[in-house]
Amino acid sequence: MRVLAAIGRAVLGLLAAIGRVSLFGIATLRHALTPPFYPREFGLALLNIGWLSLPVVGLTAIFTGGALALQIYAGGARFNAEAVVPQIVAIGMVRELGPVLVGLMIAARVTSSIAAEIATMKVTEQIDALVTLSTHPMKYLIAPRVVAATLVVPLLVGVGDVIGIFGGYAVATGTLGFNAAAYIQNTVDFLQLRDITSSLAKGAVFGCIAALMGCYFGMNSGRGAQGVGRATKGSVEAAAVLILAANFVLTGVFFSL
Amino acid sequence: MITLDNVHKAFGTNHVLQGVNLHVAKGTSMVIIGGSGTGKSVAIKSVLGLVTPDAGTITVDGTDVTQTDRDAFLARFGMLFQGAALFDSLPVWQNVAFRLLRGSLAKPRTEARDIAIEKLRRVGLTPDVADRLPAELSGGMQKRVGLARAIAADPEIIFFDEPTTGLDPIMAGVINDLIREIVREMGATTMTITHDMSSVRTIADHVAMLHAGKIRWTGPVSEMDSAGDPYLDQFIHGRATGPIEAVR
Repeated sequence: MRVLAAIGRAVLGLLAAIGRVSLFGIATLRHALTPPFYPREFGLALLNIGWLSLPVVGLTAIFTGGALALQIYAGGARFNAEAVVPQIVAIGMVRELGPVLVGLMIAARVTSSIAAEIATMKVTEQIDALVTLSTHPMKYLIAPRVVAATLVVPLLVGVGDVIGIFGGYAVATGTLGFNAAAYIQNTVDFLQLRDITSSLAKGAVFGCIAALMGCYFGMNSGRGAQGVGRATKGSVEAAAVLILAANFVLTGVFFSL
Repeated sequence: MITLDNVHKAFGTNHVLQGVNLHVAKGTSMVIIGGSGTGKSVAIKSVLGLVTPDAGTITVDGTDVTQTDRDAFLARFGMLFQGAALFDSLPVWQNVAFRLLRGSLAKPRTEARDIAIEKLRRVGLTPDVADRLPAELSGGMQKRVGLARAIAADPEIIFFDEPTTGLDPIMAGVINDLIREIVREMGATTMTITHDMSSVRTIADHVAMLHAGKIRWTGPVSEMDSAGDPYLDQFIHGRATGPIEAVR
């Protein structure tokens, strides 16, 4: 009986959390669409989430593309299929690894930073100060970050895809003996428009999830340094899990139908 | 002007306010004293709508605070927070002019900056502070910037939450004098929360003591010492023994 009660409590707790996050997301959307708007905050969010994430996205993508080329070459050699390296690197990076790895890097870099910043603002009464200065925190802090992440992460995913493919190209042509022109031609010929649109759509969803989780946990943080720490940890865990779950759902939507 | 009528607020099982009744007349300075955790901050945050009371009504100029236009209502207030609550990412002048750079009170950027520098000067800070970040300032300077921000839009009502906490006695005296001077100049209505009895004697026209979720005593500051209330007496003299338990 106790076990059932514990399971029931956990399920109810999960449903309540989903409800709270959903309401927070709806409120964010409402505030994003209604004035006043804060272009300066939006611009700063674009800079922080987009431009300043480029180095980590680029490094992640190039190493992943390179490793992918090595793995496919080694695996393909077992059944004389080494020649598929350009195609599998392209499809692997664009459909899956590019968006997922960029999403996870954004969760690590941006979600944590947003959660820590907003939680600290809450603990130090800066959120209350915003309200007393007739500025709605959802409009000033949350909406610009979520909208910026939703718009800029697809661009990061696009950049990550290209750099990842280049990583595979560099390894394949540099160490595996592939012809450079043939590698590029095979990559371009193999990729379809649907691969690219799915990659960018995943980026938009993952960006939205990453920023929303950072904002939600920041706004709902507990008191003191421990509260900030818990909010930061919780936001990254939630963002990472939701990104992977959303990736599964979106892959199903794009490629199983 | 500001009236709290039978205001209740609980956080879980902790019943912080248990029927607070308080009236602050226009143009006067009310100081709320009381031990830590007695709900002083909750009381003033309830007036601003930062905390929603479970029961009771709060009115400003006879209008229920829950029935007003939020922006117009908040535009009448200024608040100095305990830790100053300055926005880390903005330079000092933008903190001071925050309200003047956006919303219904928005002014051109250069005018807002000029006003900010004037307000900084009013609280004893030189214009070179304007472009620094809050983290580059001492605690006393941050409080002054917070005070400048509170008065930047010439509000009718100003709240001060522990204005001298964490400051040395000289700086605390400077802040107390500044508050008194500024409030007198502006003719504002003020509510201040403090444990600091020198602040009470400098700032207050009237004093209210909050204890066990209710106003234990209220009256003019001149009558505070002779009120004869054992709780008030213990608090203002800082005695460890008396009706208020030292361990709470």
